[in-house]
Amino acid sequence: MDPGKKYEAIVVGTSAGGLYALSNILTELPAEYPLPIMVVQHRSKDKKELLEDILQHKCKIKIKQADEKEKIEKGCVYIAPPDYHLLIETDLTFSLSSDQYVSYSRPSIDVLFESAAAAYKDTLIGIILTGANNDGAAGISAIKQYNGLTIAQSPEEALFPFMPNAAIATKMVTHIWTLSEIQNFLLALDKNGKT
Amino acid sequence: MNLDSKKFRELLESIQLVYGYDFTDYAEASITRRVTHFMSVRKIESLDELARIVLKDEKIFEELVQEISVTVTEVFRDPSFYKSLRENVTKRLATYPFIKIWIAGCATGEEVYSIAILFKEEELLNRSIIYATDINQKSLQIAKEGVYSIDNMKNYTSNYQKTGGKKSFSEYYKAKYNSVLFDKSLKQNIVFSPHNLAVDKSFNEFQLIICRNVLIYFNQQLQNKAIHLFYESLCPFGFLGLGSKESLLFSDKKKQFEEVDRKEKIFIKST
Repeated sequence: MDPGKKYEAIVVGTSAGGLYALSNILTELPAEYPLPIMVVQHRSKDKKELLEDILQHKCKIKIKQADEKEKIEKGCVYIAPPDYHLLIETDLTFSLSSDQYVSYSRPSIDVLFESAAAAYKDTLIGIILTGANNDGAAGISAIKQYNGLTIAQSPEEALFPFMPNAAIATKMVTHIWTLSEIQNFLLALDKNGKT
Repeated sequence: MNLDSKKFRELLESIQLVYGYDFTDYAEASITRRVTHFMSVRKIESLDELARIVLKDEKIFEELVQEISVTVTEVFRDPSFYKSLRENVTKRLATYPFIKIWIAGCATGEEVYSIAILFKEEELLNRSIIYATDINQKSLQIAKEGVYSIDNMKNYTSNYQKTGGKKSFSEYYKAKYNSVLFDKSLKQNIVFSPHNLAVDKSFNEFQLIICRNVLIYFNQQLQNKAIHLFYESLCPFGFLGLGSKESLLFSDKKKQFEEVDRKEKIFIKST
């Protein structure tokens, strides 16, 4: 980690067991958090916003489903909608896509991470949490190739270690941390997004 | 693979000059992703190499168009949309002596047959004509044939039932080996034809236009252009149906439509 380095956005990917892990790292973040956070949680096709509602109940920071062409603002957690891939454009707005499944998933973590890496380059932080497939591993590599910061949840702690293990196996993960270490790191970013 | 965005734009502009297909206002992140995929499957290492191949060989260009145009679809995709059409739109369309429908960006046709089935059940199909258009010729060919894999029928049947369909879905197709063929009676009033929303003009006046999960691949400017095209192509009080995540929010025509069903993205041309 480069002390004093400035970050502009955070992307998080998770699958099985993700709700618990997400609640853990997001719950203490203040409403005026200095960065935007984009999340892919693998979810069923149904149209309800249950995931957003549950998370909002536990968090101070605003939680919302990402909308097509919406402008990304700091202090907000954007969740990928069910049955669509979520992509980030270089003008920092969202695009949705109903293209083929990637790693058996739509939304796919790789699709979000790869487009986010191209948009935010070295100012992006990518985090892989618990999950039961290898979606996100290619995305973590893309973030690292742009010199972003990559974090995986410690597989010993993860409810489903397969996904963090797949990310770690790429040798592109900078930190392997527990949920409380990830939370502390996120809380320590100052109002300019600096470490 | 990271594509240089200036070079990428130059390639799209060259394609426009050579072939007349305008992809320059497509949402960049997703078109970049699909072109990158095309390159990696074909082991094309750089944009320069891609440009050389694609600009020289029309066949390869057509394959690139197929890659770029997303064809993922299903019969009665998002059943709640069709349920709302049944409940909120077909009754009002029944007052017209003749109904013209445009399904723009019909891909491989699954949603075209869905509309045909719905209109047949509402006893409107025999006085309707459905224009189904797409940019992708290969998709249109599949749509015309109306032959689909039997593997999806369980899902399609469940979708059909969720739209409020009361019949046995199998009445609408014949199964043979691993395929199903939709009934001829559904096809009679469908015209399949190529149309490119980025460059082509209006070609008729319609009572209903359906364009679902197409606008998400366009940037705001091209979205707005397409909405203008739909506006001009609708009769007064004509209906427009969009995809579940699409909206008129970014179009300067938004005040000339009213919401019929906010959640299902069904609008009516009001002025």
